[in-house]
Amino acid sequence: MAAPDVKRAPISDRLFKMGSMLAGVFVLVMIVLMVFQLATESWPIWEEDGLGFITKTDWNAVPDRESYGALPYIFGTLVTAGLAMAIGVPISIGIAMFLSDANPRISAPLGFVVELLAAVPSVIYGLWGLFIFRGFFRDNFEIPIYKTLGDHVWFLDARPFGLDILTASIILAIMIIPTVSAVSREIMKAVPQQQKEAAYMLGATKWEMFKLAVFPYSKTGLIGASILGLGRAVGETMAVTMLIGNAVGQRAIVDTLFDPGQSIASILANEFAEATPGSLQVPALIGLALILLGLAMAINIVAHVLVTRMLKVKEGAINN
Amino acid sequence: MTDPQRRQYYRSLFKENVRNRLVKDRIMHCVIFATVIIAIIPLGSILLEVIRNGIAAISIEFLTEIPGAVGSGEGGIGPAIQGTFIVVGMASMMGVPIGVLSGIFLAEFGDNTLARMVRFFNDVFMEFPSIVIGIFSFLIIVLVLGHFSLWAGAFALALIMFPIVTRTTEESLKMVPYTYREAGVALGLKRWVITTRIVISAAKSGMITGILLAVSRISGETAPLLFTILGSSQFFGGFDVPMDALPLRIWTMSLLPYEGAQLHGWGAALVLIFIIMCINLAVRYVVLGDNSKFGAGGRIVFLRALGRR
Repeated sequence: MAAPDVKRAPISDRLFKMGSMLAGVFVLVMIVLMVFQLATESWPIWEEDGLGFITKTDWNAVPDRESYGALPYIFGTLVTAGLAMAIGVPISIGIAMFLSDANPRISAPLGFVVELLAAVPSVIYGLWGLFIFRGFFRDNFEIPIYKTLGDHVWFLDARPFGLDILTASIILAIMIIPTVSAVSREIMKAVPQQQKEAAYMLGATKWEMFKLAVFPYSKTGLIGASILGLGRAVGETMAVTMLIGNAVGQRAIVDTLFDPGQSIASILANEFAEATPGSLQVPALIGLALILLGLAMAINIVAHVLVTRMLKVKEGAINN
Repeated sequence: MTDPQRRQYYRSLFKENVRNRLVKDRIMHCVIFATVIIAIIPLGSILLEVIRNGIAAISIEFLTEIPGAVGSGEGGIGPAIQGTFIVVGMASMMGVPIGVLSGIFLAEFGDNTLARMVRFFNDVFMEFPSIVIGIFSFLIIVLVLGHFSLWAGAFALALIMFPIVTRTTEESLKMVPYTYREAGVALGLKRWVITTRIVISAAKSGMITGILLAVSRISGETAPLLFTILGSSQFFGGFDVPMDALPLRIWTMSLLPYEGAQLHGWGAALVLIFIIMCINLAVRYVVLGDNSKFGAGGRIVFLRALGRR
C-alpha cells in the first residue's frame, strides 16, 4: 500500500480513486459494447446463413437474389497478411540486427528514420503505391516474372495489371517494417551483454554470436514482434484498398498472385458507405467487421503475451 | 606424437574451417546490410515523391480555398486542413482526460486483478483495426443521430487515442521514484494532491510525449473517418454536419482519374506529412531522445504508440 493504512481515506481521495477507476474501466466497457453492437447489428446475416456465412463464396447485392459469403475476404486478408509477414519480417529482423549491433553513430540516426517512417499515415502509403510503386513494380518485376515463369508456375500464371494480391502484400510489408524492426531492436537490446561476450570469447564471428547468444535468448520476443506486425497487416485498410484490385465474390479467391483480390478491411472501406440501408448487405458487412475484430484480437493477444513474457515486463503498479 | 604430415593435414582442416566461417560471416554481413538498403529505398522514395509532387501543388490559394469543380485542379484544401484540426482537437478533448485518468488508475492503483485486466485489454484495444472502430462509431452515433457529423468522427478518433494516452501515461508515472510519493505522504498530503501536484509534475514530459504521439497518430487516420465525418467541400458549418479532413481528401482525390485531382492529393499528402513530422520532431526533443529513462517495456509502449495501424 502506498498511503499508511488509515481506517478511512478522506472523501476527496475516495472520489479520486473512483474517478480514475471509472476511466480505467471505460476500455472494458467499450470492448464489450463494440462486440455487442457488431453482433446485434449483424444478427440478420447469421440468422439467414448461420455459420454458412463464413464458408459461402458469393457476393450478390441484387435485391431478391441477395447472397453473401465471407470466405473470399477472409482468404484475401490471410493471404496478403501472410505474404507481407514472409517478406517483411526477415527484412525487419535484419534491420534490428544491424541497429542493435552497429556503431551508435550510424544506428541512432538510422533508427530515428525508421521510427519516423512508422508515423507516415497509411493513406499516403496508398497514394505512393498507387501512383509510383504500382507502375514501377508491374513493368520491372511482375511482367518479366510472368513472361519467364508464368507458364511453369501455377501461382504466377496471369497477366499482371499492377493492382493485385502481390502488390498489396508488398506495400503491407513495407508498412510493417518500421514497427516490427523497432520492437525487435528493443528485444535484441534486452539480451544480456555477458551472453554476447561469452560467445565472442569462444571465438564466434559476429554472425555466430547472433546465432549462439542473441537468437535463442530473444526467440519468443521476436516471434511476438512478428505477430504484432501480422496484427497490423490484418487490420490495415487504406493502402490495401487502393492496391488490392477489389475483386468481389468467387473471383476474389485468387488462383495466382497477379489476380486482383479483396480483404475484409478493403471491402468494408469500399462498400459500407454505399450499402442500401435495410438490405442484407449491411448486416453482412458488419458481420465481416465482427470477423475481422475477432481475428485481430486473437492475433494481438498472442503477440502481447509473447512480447511481455520475453521482456519480463513488470506488470503492476508503482508500489510493488 | 603425430607425424608432421598428419599435423599438416589437421592444420589445413583448421584453416579451412576458419576460412569458411569467416566467409559465412562476411556473407551474412552483406545480407544484413542489404536488408537495411532494401527497406530504406521505398521508405525514402515515399518521402521524396510526396515532397516532389506535393510542392508543385502548394500555394496560398491551395491552402486556404475550398475545392474547385471536380478534377479541374482549381481551388484548394482549406476545409480539409480546418477539418483535421477541428476533429483532432475534439478527439483530444475526449480522449486525453479519459486516457490520463485511466493511466493514473493503472500506475497508482494498479495492483489488482481489475487493473491487470484493464492493462491487458487496453493493449489489445490499441491494436484494434481502425476501420472496425469507424463502423462502431457509425453504428452508435451516426445511426442514432440520423446524420453524419463531426461528433461521430471525433468519437472514433478518441477511441483510437485514449488507449495510447493511457499506456504512455502509466509508463511515465511509473518512472517517478516511489520516494517522491512517500515524501508527499510524510508532508500529510492527500493522495490526490500527491498524484496531481508531485507525481504528474515529475512525469510531465513523458505524458506530453504520449499525448503528442497519439495526436500525430490520429491525425493520419482515414478509415475511422470514412463513415463518420464522410467528407465535404465546405468550411466548418456546425458540429452536426459532414466535414472534410486531410486523409479523407487524399483518399477521395486518389480515386479520381484526373491530373488535377492527383495533384491535389499529393499536395494534401505533403501538408499532412508536414504536420505529422512536426509533431514527431517535437516529441523527439521532448523526451524520446532520452529513452534510456524508460525500461524496455516502457519503450515498447512508446514505439507501438508511434506506429500507424
